[in-house]
Formats: sequence, C-alpha cells, structure tokens
Amino acid sequence: MNKGLSVKTIVAIGIGAAIYVILGRFASIPIAPNTYVETTYPFLALMAVIFGPIAGALIGFIGHALKDAISYGSVWWSWVLVSLFVGFFIGLIAKRVNIEAGVFATKQILLFNLIQASVQAVGWILVAPILDILIYAEPANKVFTQGVIAAISNIAMVGFLGTLLLVVYAKTRSQSNSLSKE
Amino acid sequence: MAVEMLTYIKKQSPVHELSGVTKLIIFLCWSTAAMLTYDTWVLLALLVISFVLFKISKIKVSEIRFVLLFILFFLLLNNIAIYLFSPQEGVKIYGTSHVIWDIAGRYNITLEQLFYHLNITLKYFVVIPAALLFVVTTNPSEFASSLNRIGIPYKIAYSVSLTLRYIPDIQREFRSIAQAQQARGSDLSKNEKLTKRIKNASVIIMPLIFSSLERIEVISNAMELRGFGKKKKRTWYRATPFRRGDYFTIVIGVILLIASLVVTFHDGSRFYNPFTLR
Amino acid sequence: MKKPIIAFKNFTFKYRSQTEPSLKNINLTIHEGEKVLIVGPSGSGKSTLAHCINGLVPFSYKGDITGSLTIKSRETKELDLFSLSKMVGTVMQDPDGQFIGLTVGEDIAFALENEAVASELMKERVERVAQLVNMDSYLEASIHHLSGGQKQRVSLGGVMVDDVDILLFDEPLANLDPATGKYSISLIDQIHEESNKTIVMIEHRLEDVLYRKVDRIIVISDGEIVSDTSPDELFSTSVLAENSIREPLYVRAMKYAGCRIHAKMKPAHPETIEINKKKLHDWYKSLPNQTPSLESKPVLEVDHVTFAYDTGKTAIQDMSFTIYQGEMVSIVGQNGAGKSTISKIIVGFEKVQNGTILFKGEDITSDSIHQRSERIGLVMQNPNQMISKHLIYDEVALGLVKRGIEANVIKERVEKTLRICGLYPFRNWPISALSFGQKKRVTIASILVLEPEVLILDEPTAGQDFRHYTEIMDFLEVLNKRGITIIMITHDMHLMLEYTPRAIAIAQGRKIADDTAVNVLTNQTVIDASNLKVTSLFGLAVRAEIADPREFVARFIAYDREMRTWQ
Repeated sequence: MNKGLSVKTIVAIGIGAAIYVILGRFASIPIAPNTYVETTYPFLALMAVIFGPIAGALIGFIGHALKDAISYGSVWWSWVLVSLFVGFFIGLIAKRVNIEAGVFATKQILLFNLIQASVQAVGWILVAPILDILIYAEPANKVFTQGVIAAISNIAMVGFLGTLLLVVYAKTRSQSNSLSKE
Repeated sequence: MAVEMLTYIKKQSPVHELSGVTKLIIFLCWSTAAMLTYDTWVLLALLVISFVLFKISKIKVSEIRFVLLFILFFLLLNNIAIYLFSPQEGVKIYGTSHVIWDIAGRYNITLEQLFYHLNITLKYFVVIPAALLFVVTTNPSEFASSLNRIGIPYKIAYSVSLTLRYIPDIQREFRSIAQAQQARGSDLSKNEKLTKRIKNASVIIMPLIFSSLERIEVISNAMELRGFGKKKKRTWYRATPFRRGDYFTIVIGVILLIASLVVTFHDGSRFYNPFTLR
Repeated sequence: MKKPIIAFKNFTFKYRSQTEPSLKNINLTIHEGEKVLIVGPSGSGKSTLAHCINGLVPFSYKGDITGSLTIKSRETKELDLFSLSKMVGTVMQDPDGQFIGLTVGEDIAFALENEAVASELMKERVERVAQLVNMDSYLEASIHHLSGGQKQRVSLGGVMVDDVDILLFDEPLANLDPATGKYSISLIDQIHEESNKTIVMIEHRLEDVLYRKVDRIIVISDGEIVSDTSPDELFSTSVLAENSIREPLYVRAMKYAGCRIHAKMKPAHPETIEINKKKLHDWYKSLPNQTPSLESKPVLEVDHVTFAYDTGKTAIQDMSFTIYQGEMVSIVGQNGAGKSTISKIIVGFEKVQNGTILFKGEDITSDSIHQRSERIGLVMQNPNQMISKHLIYDEVALGLVKRGIEANVIKERVEKTLRICGLYPFRNWPISALSFGQKKRVTIASILVLEPEVLILDEPTAGQDFRHYTEIMDFLEVLNKRGITIIMITHDMHLMLEYTPRAIAIAQGRKIADDTAVNVLTNQTVIDASNLKVTSLFGLAVRAEIADPREFVARFIAYDREMRTWQ
C-alpha cells in the first residue's frame, strides 16, 4: 500500500486534513446549542472522489482526530472512525465516477448520492452507536438517536453541498474550447 | 470568530523532555485503559496520576482554560442527554435500584444512576489531562517522526506533518475569505434561515477549497524535486534520541495499562459494582 | 571554452493537453559556471523551459518531446526526476509552497531526510548550509515567523544542501519587496562567486536582477528564443520593447533623450553606463515643469487610529491621513508594517481601538462591514480567494443577490459593470477559462457592482508581467477617470511612480511619509524604513549633474506616460 501512494496523494491527504480541521472548527453552522451542521463531510466526499479511498479514509481520520484534539483537547474515537469509514467508502466509487473526465451529470450525481447516503447511513446509524456502546458504554437509545440525527443532517449536507462542489470541480476539468464571445 | 486553538506550549519540564514517541505510546496506553475500564477504583487511580503529571509538566490551568470550559460544558450536556434518554441505565448495569428521589416513574433518581454518571464523568476527567498534555507538550515537528517510529509508514506520517504545517496558513486564508464575502453580504454568524446559512457557507468554502486544491500541485512538485518518496525509509531531523527516562516511562505506562485491565476484568465485568458487594 | 552543462538541441515540447507546442526548436547551450537570465512575457514558454531543466517536464507534466536535452552530457528523458534533482536544484516562485518544514532546520534538512542521512551528519550539513544563506541563527524558528525574503533563503538552503551543480530560480523576485529583492540578488551572486555553480534565473524584473552581473540574457517569446546575448548587447537593440518586457528606466530615459545605446557604453548597470550629459540636460529642459495638482475635497479621513491584535501586538499607532476625492494613492511599507491592517480597518474587517474614520465628513467608525461595503470596496491580492461562483455573471451579481435587490435591477447593474470592465462579451463564460488578469477584473467588477466610491486594492499587479501589469493599471486608471478614488497597497516601485501621484509610507504601524511618489522614492530615510530602493532614474540624474534630480524623475514619468498612451 505504501508504494502505491503517489506524492500527490500524500500532499492531498496533508492539505485535505488541514482544510478539514479549519472547516470543522470555523465553518460549522450552529442549528441548536452544541449541535452543528457540518461542512466537513461535503468536503471529505469531494476529496474522496478526486483522490480515492485511501486519501478519503486518511483525510477523515487525521482531520477529525486533529480537529478534536486541538479544539477539545480529547478525541472522540468512535466518531473519528466513522469519518475514516465514510471517506473510504465514498472514495471507492471514485473510479466509477471518473471526475477528472469533467462529466458530473445526472447519472453520476445519482450514483454518488446513492453511495454517500448508504455509506453514511451505515456509518452514523450502525457503526457510530455500536462503537459508542462498546467504548463508552453509553445508553443505546441515546446514541442511536444521535446517530440518526447525524445521518440525516450529514446525508442532506453532502447531497446538497457535496454534489455542488463536485459539479463545480468537474466543470473546471472540462475543456473550454467551445467558448465564444457574445 | 474565536481563533483559539490548542498548540504546543514550549517549556522546560520532565514531560517536555520525553521523546515524542514515548509520549505517543503513553497517550495510546492511557486512552486504551480509560476507554475500556469502568472500574471506579482504576479511574480514580488514573485520575490522581494524571493530576500529578499535569503538575510536573508546569502547564498552567490558565493556559488551557478556554478548552477546559468548553469540555466541561460538553460534559454537562452529555450527562443531561444520557439522563433524558436513559434515566435507568445505572439500574440496568448494576442490577439493583435504590430510589433516592421520587419524581415520576422512569425519571426517579436512583443511587445507581448517579453512580453511573459519576463514572462517565470520571472517564472524561481521566482522558482529558492526558490528551491535553500530549497536545501541548509535544513539539509538532517531532510528532510525524514519532508516528513513523511506532510503525506508521513514513509517507502517511509526513502527511500529518504537512497538516500541522498548513493549518495556520489555511486558517488565515479562511479568515480573509470570510471577511471578503462578508463585505459582499454573506455572513456565517448571521441569524438567518438554515438554507440561507448553508448557501452563505458555500460561498466561503468554495474559494477556500479550490484555492487550496491548486496548492496541492505546487507542494507535491516541490517535494518531488527534493527527492521525497524515493527510498523505502527516511530519517528525521527532529527525532529526539531515546534516553533512560523514556524507557522507564514506557515500562511504567505498559504496566499501568495491564494492571488497570487486570483489575477491571478480573471479575468478568467492566464495572465496579458497590451495590451487590456486600 | 568551458564545458557545456545544459544543452538543448532542436528541442520541441508539446503538453499533452494542448494542441500547439510550448517550446519550438530550442537550441541553447549553457556552460559550467555561467550565470544566465531567461526573460519573456507570461505564456512565452519560459516556465516550461525551466520545467524541462529540472525534470518536471516530462516526468510530472506529460507531453511529447522531439530533439534532445542533455544535462551534464546525459539525455534527460532517459533519467528520472530523482537523478535530475541531484544535479539541478530549483527555488520556486511561491515560498509558501516550497517551504514544507515546520521550522528552518527541518526544511533545509528535507532532502537529506529523504536520502535517509544519519542524524549527526545531517545536523552538521544543515548547520553549514544555513550559514551559507545567512539563516544559521534561525534554525529553530517556525515558518510562520519568517519574512518572505527569509523563506526564500531557506528554500535556497534546502536545495543547496544536496550539493547540486545547477541552481535554477523560477521568478525569485516575484514575492519580494525591492530592498529584499536586492539582497537576494546579491546573495545569489555571492554564492555564484564562491561555489562557481551554474545559475539559471527566470525573471521579468530585469532591472532588479541586473543589480549584479549576469553573463547572458536569453529572451523567449512564443516558445522560441528571439535573443541570446550579453546584457550590454541586448540593451542596444529593441528586442525588449518588441516583446513587451520592461526596459530599465535609465535606459529608457537615455533613449528618450535621443542617445543611441551601444554595447560599448556598458548599459547593463546604471553606474557603468556612459552618459551623454548634454543630451539629457537638453531633453530635461525641453519638458514642462511638473507641479503637483490641486487637492480636492476629502473623501476618506483616518484620524488618530490605533489598533492592536488579540495577541496584544500593536499593529497601528496613532495614524492619520486624508484621501481626497478622485485620487490615486499608494500605501507602501515593509511586510508587517501595517499596510494591510490599515486597509482592513478602513473597510471594517478589524475594529479600531482608538480614533475615528470619516467618509465625506461622516463618522463611519461604528458602521458594520456590510454598511461600509457600499462606500468602500476592498479587492484582495489573490483573485482565487474571492471567486466563489462558476460563471462570471453570477460572480459579479453575488453581492447584489445577497442584498435582496430585484432581479431586473441586478441584471441592469451587472451588465453595466461588465461593460465598464470589458467583460461583457464573456459574461456567460466559466471563470476558470480566464487568465489571471481577467480574473482580477472579475473580482474588481464584483466589488464595483456595489457602487463604492473608494476602491482599495491589495497588490493589484503582484507577479504580473509587463503586459498584464499595463493592462490592469490602465484599466484602474479608466475607473479612476470615472470618478472612483483608488488606494493601492503595493511595493511595486514602478506602479507607485507611474500611476499614483501620491504615496503614503508606513513603518512599524506609524505613518512615516505622506508626499508625492517621486519624493518618497528619492528620500533615503523613507526608502530604508519601508524596504524600497532608490529609482535608477534618480541615480542617472545625479550622475548627469541635473540640478533637481527629483524634478527629472517627475518629468520623465509624465513624458513616459504620454509616450505609452500614444503607442
């Protein structure tokens, strides 16, 4: 695995995790006390689609762990692992979407959203609560409720903002020789 | 906008002098122990030790006060949430019910529930000083080399180093983009409808993301031109050599981990149960 | 004759994504120990040429090569990036991209770490190289506490640690102020003298590079070499003007005065050029006297403003100045002097601690960013940091949409603004298809659409070649003539001299000068405190024994502007 990582992927992981930290720290939108709509997951989805599953997984893991560490002084491991999980599995569709070709139309949008929604549903509603129970022995109904809320808000955010980011990114990749002045 | 984040605080102390690898190993042992145990005595012992370590490190509470307040607030909310969702969790765990305040059926306050909350809170108090200490006493330059030393491939360790290197740059960039967009009418902190807020956020994060993506190419060119990734291994300018204190600390850390696990699990349960002991 | 170290033979290169080759039939030999400067307008292929030498072409940027390029007699396409990096060390344009370590020592050591050099040996070599680039007392310093010039020196150290034979500098002056640039050039020269390495520099700030001797200047245009000769020979021709590269101002002044420039006159340096005093005097006398124009009504007043950051560091100390309606003013000073801070205070990004800001006599100190933005607009240095929409029209409309203005009014105002900015024909283009200069216009348009009366621009021309510089500045001048007051934060001396009659100099958070640009740029105390340098025109006038050298500079600028408008 080590051999296969290009320098560009390494840099993408490093810079991606830094952006994740900043977005998580400063660009979360408060909707209720201590509850935020995260802009980090749309970004994570973009990076995973561009740079693949390993980059996606590591940006999620490093970014989330560092964000927790430098803003709360402690790391909530169960949710950090979900970020890794989400980044990895969204990254797996990278090849099928082939964003570098510059096309991100209905077919790709549907595929992307189908995948992101199912990956996040599993991540937030299954993986996160189970880890919470195993690691922190928290009450089941509390962590499942939290998981469902996180799933809904993150799936919606990635569906909206993540799709938008990918559409804009794809447009920057397409050849623009068909332009004419009006 | 709050700009406060935890960073390395340079000081002369036995904790600072330890190698980054040692601190990383201790941090991992400590977190594992604290994660797995619910044994009140183990938690109390770890808590005492972490306060001692904190004292030795010469870090003042005032230097990290903003984070502490934040954590305490979060802890309070989490406790309230647990109580609201599962007021009889303690009864379920400890198998007995000593009601001390009759409110209304499900929400009766029991000794067991209070003890369960005490344990959860203790768990936090055990992890927090260790994690805080690790963040503020480890030189970021040394962090990547430590990861590499404990077996993480050096390329991935280096990407962590890049993250630490570029966080301040990206933070500055975020701030100026946010200000420029504010002048054009997109304000993140303004009280507006959620959809509008999301749109405002997108106007700020788009330029941030796309200008940073351009950066990736420049940086990877620079790294390749200077021979990054050519060899199977690499050395680190900032690796601190191991001293006797490091070996000593690691041995103690591992012993503590094993001891706490043995004490916790010897009776087949993660929980210390004061209610059925007699 | 010395041994060739870099040799292009009938070399042609085409990027995979493009239809036309970027380099066409290049024949160029550079010898061991030579110091060569490559100049050319943006898009001429000079960066591609540099990428061929350091191996980014074809190993990172793929494409088709015909002909041959050998470095130390080895064909480059048969090598790889790593072996090339042992022979060629590259110092890139953007120090923040190249400086990847957290501290100075780590960054210099980077190449050695990759070679898995043992710790003690590494520390020793880092120490030695740090001394060479005068950074040995900063080994523990964090990147975030260094100035642009220091970062560049560290980058240089980082490539020299490998003991390469060739040092390649890609626009080394692009991000530096004049005084720091001067220092960098002499450091490069010193290293050249001491180590006899081959030096290849790519740069369009010709006059600044020639502060120290170079052996040859190669001019590239449209992918071809159009001139390859000594600086003295080059200035005797009209190659530079034909390829839109800025000639040194003293050379231009001599030409205006009617002197024919020959290589024998040694025109490469302002101190060595043989001057014809009589012709210069005659020309000077023939020009009209430049009296500063009368001031109009104040539009913006900064009154005893003091500001400190959260960290407690005072950034602005009791500063006062007045900007008059319809002016074009530059604010100059070193990095960290407070010039960006004062502009952020004016637009309300930062709040003053003491003092007031008046707009047309009205106190706006407590107005919000939003309220001020309809009167004063700020254009950031990097357009990519401002652009958040895909299409030009949407980007320009954004500020109005956010203000909830009616759709038909928006359309009208956006189209009007696009016409003023010459962007109307492109209104439905994606912004990513535009050049840097055009993107800059889009960001200016997106601010102008809010109809501010004062426009503040942070380094509007940084890193631009002469053609784009002229394009951007002429455009700003058009806006200025339409009545918009323009304030520019800059350390480009040409910009100050040529476009802003008045300059305010700031040092350590205090105003140290508020005068005509000519007077500021000829005042040694101000120049030293704000990291500028004396313009070569002044030196020329002194050498020609012209009684009022300042007036000479002023007359030259006025004449030069007229000449360029007529072109």
